[in-house]
Amino acid sequence: MNETTPIAPADTHRVWKLGSDIDTDALAPGAYMKLGIDAIAAHCLEAIRPDFAAGVRPGDVVVAGSGFGIGSSREQAPAALVRLGVAAVIAPSYSGLFFRNAFNVGLILLTCERADEIAEGDRIALDADAGTVTTAAGERLACAPIPGFLLAMARAGGLLNTLKLKLADRPKHEPTTPGSTP
Amino acid sequence: MDSTPLPARTLAQKIIAHAAGLPSARVGEIVNCRVDLAMFHDSSGPRRLKPMLEELGATIWDKDKVVLVMDHYVPEADDDARRIVRIARDWAREQQLPHVHDSIGICHVVLPEQGHLKPGMFCVGGDSHSPTGGAFGSYMFGVGSTEMLGVVVTGELWVRVPQTLRMDWSGRLAEGVTAKDMMLHIIGSLGMNGGRYEAVEFTGSAVRALSMAERMTLCNMTAEMGAQTGLVAPDDTTREWLLAQGTRLSADDLAHWNDWHSDEDAPCERTDFDAAALAPQVAAPHSPANTRPVGDYDDVPVDVAYIGACTGAKLEDLAAAAQVLRGHRVAGGVSLIVAPASLKDQAEAERLGHMQVLRDAGAQVLPTGCGACAGYGGSIPDDSNVMSTTARNFRGRMGSASARVYLASPFTVAASALRGRITDPRECLA
Repeated sequence: MNETTPIAPADTHRVWKLGSDIDTDALAPGAYMKLGIDAIAAHCLEAIRPDFAAGVRPGDVVVAGSGFGIGSSREQAPAALVRLGVAAVIAPSYSGLFFRNAFNVGLILLTCERADEIAEGDRIALDADAGTVTTAAGERLACAPIPGFLLAMARAGGLLNTLKLKLADRPKHEPTTPGSTP
Repeated sequence: MDSTPLPARTLAQKIIAHAAGLPSARVGEIVNCRVDLAMFHDSSGPRRLKPMLEELGATIWDKDKVVLVMDHYVPEADDDARRIVRIARDWAREQQLPHVHDSIGICHVVLPEQGHLKPGMFCVGGDSHSPTGGAFGSYMFGVGSTEMLGVVVTGELWVRVPQTLRMDWSGRLAEGVTAKDMMLHIIGSLGMNGGRYEAVEFTGSAVRALSMAERMTLCNMTAEMGAQTGLVAPDDTTREWLLAQGTRLSADDLAHWNDWHSDEDAPCERTDFDAAALAPQVAAPHSPANTRPVGDYDDVPVDVAYIGACTGAKLEDLAAAAQVLRGHRVAGGVSLIVAPASLKDQAEAERLGHMQVLRDAGAQVLPTGCGACAGYGGSIPDDSNVMSTTARNFRGRMGSASARVYLASPFTVAASALRGRITDPRECLA
């Protein structure tokens, strides 16, 4: 396969392009924090992109500038994007706290230095395992590798589901025999 | 015995290696740590953890290592707040949690006040300002509720061993210049994500000279530069403060007190600052990185002066505001709001006469708690110019999307309230 093989439209994702330093108050506004995730998601990004929550469709992706997700520890910020069906976020850098929260709630973040080469409304393809984004022009942009355990966790739907699987594997109410591993 | 000396290590590496049960921790390596303490509040805690724990059929790994603080939705302003706080109180009772602090102050201030922190601990908090614990030599950082669930169930957490960004402050701060000014200056220089989720360590004579409350402000605001945590190595000031709060320090803690510091030649990225040259700083709307010296603000009128939050309404912050306002009233048209960071600090400020000075100056005193800082309070009017001692001034953060929030120290906020426009506090302290 050469570097500019056209990609099938069905495997592509529509791009919502945002600027730098998108904060958690923009993603999950404080005024709606006392309500559930549906209400928060309905107001996601309304201060900077009022058409986003109503217009975004499952499978769309967010492409942003550096410092995506700065601010508070509220995981409703990535959870709102998951609730709206956002398939992934692509940005040159993230707040570290947001990065952890995103994978914990099942949202994949691709760290892509050249994210600014992707335009609003483009259709792009993603390969999180290989760590690449393929632009509408067919160019493959490299992303930072994601630790395998994080990718697996996000694909399982997040940490809650991962813990469920772990606890299900653990024998219940059985006496521990000396010397056995936990 | 292997006599090869360990490579020089930073304080962050030492705490993480200790928590991971490893002889050393290489920068960039991902390790699993045992958690010494998990703190969460009414907003991030029970209302999110309870249903997830039930869904898992799991229990808390060690209740003695869990601290719950009710500070975000108290006092309850509406039915939603009442519901959230009731969930927290009911769950605390049901679980028989031994460490619950209800409506006595903001979690980051209450935690050390109640003797929960000491050097060398590895801690997490369900709040982004959790690095405040770094002032006590604890490696503490914020996590989201789902990650907190993982901690509460397993007692463990993965961490990527961070590089240390050393912020060295030589000299001494001038009168009227504070830790808040140091942090606004650093964030303004390095940017909102300049901390790159690494560990920041504050060193130098100006840092050593700071009180514990001021060190808390330094570490607290490393959240605003995107660092994972902020640290100040413990010293005599730390020990005396902790003992005065009634923290139980074992013989072992005291014997290892001086181990919790970065080795002289430990690799770090160092930035130098001259404390004596620092002027009071003000961050303009809508970012803490939008910082300039106070003298650069020409005739900016102030409608609301807010003295509140974990980073701006501790005892010393209240004392600083009182020092400026003693014997004066705020300018006409300025609304001065004071929300003390904890009941303990408020009581002490009352005893020392600071609260009376603030009331005499026209302050409206709100109950202790996070209040307007997190936009939960509803006390910030639309279209207003707000001078605030809080840590964050994102658009809409304090509840009004049209308010313009400027961040500054308690000295600068008080001086600006006095004159009705952004004012260098040094003009009022002479």
